[in-house]
Amino acid sequence: MSDKPLTGRATADRQPHSLAAWRRLGGGAGLALALKRHSPEAIIALIEAAGLRGRGGAGFPTANKWRFMRAGAEKAGPGACYLCVNGDETEPGSFKDRLLMEALPQQLIEGATIAAYAMGATEVIILVRDEYRAAAAALSRAIVEAEQTGLLGRDILGSGFDLTMRVHASAGRYIVGEETALIAALEGERPVPRHRPPYPAVSGLWGRPTTVNNVETLSAVPSIVEHGAEWYQGLSHTNEGGTKLYGVSGCVARPQLIEAPMGTTARELFDLCGGIRQGRALFAFQPGGGATAFLETAELDVPLDFAHTKRAGSSLGTGALIVLDDHACPVAAIGRHMRFYARESCGLCTPCRDGLPWVAKLLDTIEAGKGTRGDIDLLHQHVALSGPSGRSYCDLNTGALTPLRSGLERFGDIFAAHLQGSCPVGRA
Amino acid sequence: MSLSPAIRTAIAQAAAHHGGPKAAMLEALKLVQEAEGWVSDAHLKEAAEALGVTTAEIDSLATFYSQIFRSPVGDTVILLCDGLSCFLCGGDAVRDAVMSRLGIGFGETTPDGKFTLINICCVGGCDLAPVALVGPERKLVGPLTADDLDALIGGAR
Ligand code: SF4
Ligand code: FES
Repeated sequence: MSDKPLTGRATADRQPHSLAAWRRLGGGAGLALALKRHSPEAIIALIEAAGLRGRGGAGFPTANKWRFMRAGAEKAGPGACYLCVNGDETEPGSFKDRLLMEALPQQLIEGATIAAYAMGATEVIILVRDEYRAAAAALSRAIVEAEQTGLLGRDILGSGFDLTMRVHASAGRYIVGEETALIAALEGERPVPRHRPPYPAVSGLWGRPTTVNNVETLSAVPSIVEHGAEWYQGLSHTNEGGTKLYGVSGCVARPQLIEAPMGTTARELFDLCGGIRQGRALFAFQPGGGATAFLETAELDVPLDFAHTKRAGSSLGTGALIVLDDHACPVAAIGRHMRFYARESCGLCTPCRDGLPWVAKLLDTIEAGKGTRGDIDLLHQHVALSGPSGRSYCDLNTGALTPLRSGLERFGDIFAAHLQGSCPVGRA
Repeated sequence: MSLSPAIRTAIAQAAAHHGGPKAAMLEALKLVQEAEGWVSDAHLKEAAEALGVTTAEIDSLATFYSQIFRSPVGDTVILLCDGLSCFLCGGDAVRDAVMSRLGIGFGETTPDGKFTLINICCVGGCDLAPVALVGPERKLVGPLTADDLDALIGGAR
């Protein structure tokens, strides 16, 4: 079996396979095994033993999430229960789920079907961001093919398990990727986050038990069922199971997606990308997408899994590494992120709706060499008052301020130098 | 102009598919936009009537989602990524080139109605940065250089 269970069957041109071709490549084996040989509880135990943690950013143990759902479904009694697949990938620097949905729709459908069986869901809705038209088309086609061949619908593979699946194409808003906002979006509400509790596993879509899982998480499931927990654990360099789809972008020679053992280091990943581009030197990198704290040369050998990255002062997030070289101004970089998050605020709470645009403006002023010491003090103050958590309704605001907090801590001298009207790092 | 019977049927089908009229509001907006290019007040009202929801309800979505256009757009919409990965790979130069070539800024349409330029981030093409999504298929193009843009715009013209 491939040591790349997530992407091993993708073609170079990212064209999706037909169901027949997918089967010839060995696809479908996990689902058949799951439905014929395992009870739902046994699958959850397998996922637990494999050490699979959610790949959407939070890294929550997948098996626990599925258990909450089973408990919720039992308590709620007869009626529909939902698995929502989060394909709303919009975080700056993240481009992993796009490949999984575009090139390998059958793998995701199979993973979602096994997951639904294990957690007791009766309906799967795959929410795909509007900009991923090719992904939505590939998934829709693959769902129809699966329905026609008895892999979806009534009595799947003669197991007595029924499941429907559909694609919901969103219309462009980052906040839709937030768990409760995603549920609101599917109900046709304005997609703003909802209060938890009640947690979705108790009362989610249409008030029924609901689980939201990331595309990459579910895409890993079929191979775990097929080859076992021990095999999956063995793929990893650390005690967090499996492989990770790392996306390296920014100032490397060859930006790319790399499926590598969980716990691969940034040094190894950058080497695979041909190193820092144009013979320049590394300045800093974000290990897990736009909302993660910066790391530097000293952290190049940190195993990039959830625990180690956290210990190093950042987080694995989505595994989207954004690389800044020694010509990339961190003030400008943070400003870019801030403009994105400001634009994407859902508007529910003031620190986010009004605070982020204001922070973005201050950063622009500082970047342009027109800032004052007072501006930098204000940024410090804003970060201290708004974070680290709990002061706004969802994580967008705190996530947005993470690179700013980290930048002020690590690159204070560069912020200060901008007050003199010069950038010691220079423009990318 | 009012909505065609085909769109009205499709809206009704969407209500069945998505589990009710409210859940189908976004789909209805997209159907209108696909046919008309954008969502005018008149069409918004008709879509609301077709679903049996209020105009305010459906407008609460129309004004929230960035890919629902509540004012006219050009024949070709160019969504240019202004995210950090694209910036680090020279996105600003591409932005400046496309703006000067088209003579418009973000959120604007060329006077001949051919192009609308919108900023967006991140479109999941960071490995091909800097990138744009072009046209109704939202086709991903990149890595873009200022030179490529002429071809891109010329090709669509
Ligand atoms: S933090 Fe921002 S995105 Fe989250 S609920 Fe508040 S305003 Fe909305
Ligand atoms: S930042 Fe431009 S595609 Fe990701």
